[in-house]
Amino acid sequence: MSHSALSPTRPDVSTQTPALEVRGLGKSFPIGGLFSRQSVRALHCVDLTIGRGEIVALVGESGSGKSTLARCVARLEKPSAGAILVDGVDVLKRDRFQASRAFRSRLQMVFQDPFGSLNPAHRIEHFLRRSLTIHGKGGPESETQRRLEELMTTVGLQADMLNSYPHELSGGQRQRVAIARALAVEPQVILADEPTSMLDVSVRIGVLNLMRKLRDEQGISMLYITHDLASARYLADRTAVMFAGELVEEGESLDLLANPAHPYTQLLVSAVPDPARAGSYDPVRRAELRQAVMASTGCAFDGDPNQACSASEPVRHQVGDAANRHWVRCHLYRPRAGAGGHALATEPVATEPVATEHTDKKASA
Amino acid sequence: MTVSQVSFGSHEPVLDVKDLTVKYVGDTRSTTAVDRVSFSIGTGEVFGLAGESGCGKSTIANSIMRLLKDPAKIARGSISFGGKDVLAMSPEELRRFRWQDVAMVFQSAMNSLNPVLTIGEQIVDIFTTHAGYSRKESLRRAADLLELVRIDPSRLKSYPHQLSGGMRQRAVIAMAVALKPSLLILDEPTTALDVVVQQEIMAQIKELQRELGFSVLFITHDMSLMVELSHRMAVMYGGRIVETAKAQDVYANPRHPYTQALMGAFPPLTGPRVPLTGLPDGVKFRNIPDLTEVAPGHLVAPFGADAEALVLEGAAR
Repeated sequence: MSHSALSPTRPDVSTQTPALEVRGLGKSFPIGGLFSRQSVRALHCVDLTIGRGEIVALVGESGSGKSTLARCVARLEKPSAGAILVDGVDVLKRDRFQASRAFRSRLQMVFQDPFGSLNPAHRIEHFLRRSLTIHGKGGPESETQRRLEELMTTVGLQADMLNSYPHELSGGQRQRVAIARALAVEPQVILADEPTSMLDVSVRIGVLNLMRKLRDEQGISMLYITHDLASARYLADRTAVMFAGELVEEGESLDLLANPAHPYTQLLVSAVPDPARAGSYDPVRRAELRQAVMASTGCAFDGDPNQACSASEPVRHQVGDAANRHWVRCHLYRPRAGAGGHALATEPVATEPVATEHTDKKASA
Repeated sequence: MTVSQVSFGSHEPVLDVKDLTVKYVGDTRSTTAVDRVSFSIGTGEVFGLAGESGCGKSTIANSIMRLLKDPAKIARGSISFGGKDVLAMSPEELRRFRWQDVAMVFQSAMNSLNPVLTIGEQIVDIFTTHAGYSRKESLRRAADLLELVRIDPSRLKSYPHQLSGGMRQRAVIAMAVALKPSLLILDEPTTALDVVVQQEIMAQIKELQRELGFSVLFITHDMSLMVELSHRMAVMYGGRIVETAKAQDVYANPRHPYTQALMGAFPPLTGPRVPLTGLPDGVKFRNIPDLTEVAPGHLVAPFGADAEALVLEGAAR
C-alpha cells in the first residue's frame, strides 16, 4: 500500500448520488409493560450521507445509538421516522415490510463478533457459496469455484482455507471470512459494526487495512462504527460523532479530531490515552467539558436540522474551512472572530443561575 | 518527591518472580501457560504486563495471589514477596497476605460486588474481618475510603446497582487499597468501561499511588494506556516475556517484532496518516529464547533467522 492511498483527498464524491443517505432517521423503543406508552428515544433526526467509495466513521460511547443506527439502516430494526436512500431510492417506501433481496445485495453488514457470526458446523466454503447462490452470482461450478478462490485472496486468506471450519481459524481470519461473505454479493455499501473490537490488538490493523483496500480497489462505501477514535482517524474519510442518539458533529477525520468543536467530541478526544501527548489529564478542564456536555443536551431545538434553531442561530455551524465539510450541532458553539473559528463557548448559556456571572463576563468583554 | 523520581532497582524489590512456569495439566496433554517468566517490582513502582488474550498475563496474576486452581499447576520457579516465599505460605499466612499485603482488582471487578449488600456493609466487612476494627470505627474508615476515590460518603448506603459502572469500579479500587497493601494488582481494570470513564479511573489510580506509595502490577492489552501509567513494562507472548524495559523506552524504541506489532496496532491521534502493518495473521513465534540485554535495562528475546524464533504459518496478506 502506498502513502498516497492514505491522503485525505478522495475522488470528488459530492457530485454523484450518494451510495447511502439517511434522512431524519428516528427510532424509539417502547419501555414498560404491554400497555405502557413510555418509550426511550434511541435515535433522533439523524442525517448522514456516505458518498461512493467513501468510509464514514460513526463514533460515540456505548449507549449513544451507534449500533441502533446501523441496525435501522440494515433493516434489522424498523425505524420510527425518516428515510433511508440507497442509490437515491427510498428503500423504506419501496420495500415496506422487510428488506428485499435487491436491497441486501447492495448493502451488507459485518458484525462485531466473528465467533458468533459464523456457524461452527459449516466449512468456510459453505458461507461464501451460500451468499453467491442466494444472490444469483454463482453461475456454473467452475465459475463459482474461481470466484470463491478470488474472494479468499481478496481478503488475504489462502484458498485452501475454504475447507476449514471456523474453529480452526484465528479471530482475525474469521473476521476476514465475514468480510468475504459480505463481498460475495458485490455490495455497494458495507456496514461494519465494531469489526475489530473483539480481535486481538495485533491483528486489528490488518483488518482495517483490508477495509481500506476494498474502498480503494473496489470503491465500496462503508459505515465504520467504532468507539476507538484513533482507528476512525486512521481509516475513515469523514467521522461523525453521536451523542444521546443524535449526530452532534461531523467532518473530515483529521480536521475533526484536530479541532473538535462540540464539548462531547472534545471530551472523547481528550480521554484517548496517547503517550505522545504531555499532561493528558486536567480535572478542571474535564469538569468544564462535562458541564458543557450536560448543557448541550438541554438544547431546546427539536425539528428539521436544516432549519434554524432560533431566528438568529443555525443548527449546523460550519467549523473552519468549508472544504473540510466540518459542522457542529451545538447551540453553545460560537465562532471566534479571527481565531480560525474553532472556539467553543464552554460557558453554559444563561438558563441557570450559575451561568449568570459568565454571561456578565461575556457582556462586559 | 513524586513516584517517578524513585530510582528503581536500588530498593529491595517488593515482588520478585523467578523462572515461573505454570502448566494446565490435562489427561492427555498439558499446556504451558506461563513459561520461565522472571520479573521484579520495586517499591512504589508501576510495572506493566502487556500482551493479548491467552498469553498468560492473568495466570501470572493469579499465581502471585495463589488463586490458581486445578488443572493449573506451578511447575517451576519462585515468587517472593518482601523476602517471604509466597508459594510456601500456610492457609493462615495466605489469608493475611491477600488483601493486607497484596490486593487485586479483577477484570470487570465492578460486577464482583455483592448485589444484596450495600457498599458500606461490604467495606465494613473488610475492616472487621481483616483488621479487627469495631463496627463504628470501620464505618468511619469506610467513609474516608469513599472520599479518597471521590465518591460521596452518603453512598455507603447505596446498593451496587444504584451506582454507575465507573463508580462501582472506583468503589472496588477503594476496597482494594483499604488495608494499605504494598502491592496492588490491576487486571484489565478498565476494559469494560468507556474511554472517558477509563481515563478518570486511571487518573484516580495514579493519584492514590502517589498518596499511598504502593507498587502496582498493571495488566492490559492497551499499549497506549500502559505506557502512560507504567514506569517499567514487559511484553508477553505465548507465555514468555519477549521484551522488558522502561515504558518510555519500549514506546520510543520497541525492538522485538511482536512489540512493534503491538505498538503499530494503535494508530496515533496526531500527525499525518501513515500506513501501519501490525502483525500479519498467522505469524507465530516459536521457541522464544531467553532475554538478552540490548541497552541498559532494556532486555529483548533474540529473534530472526539466526534464532529460528519466527515461524510463518499460513499466508496472510
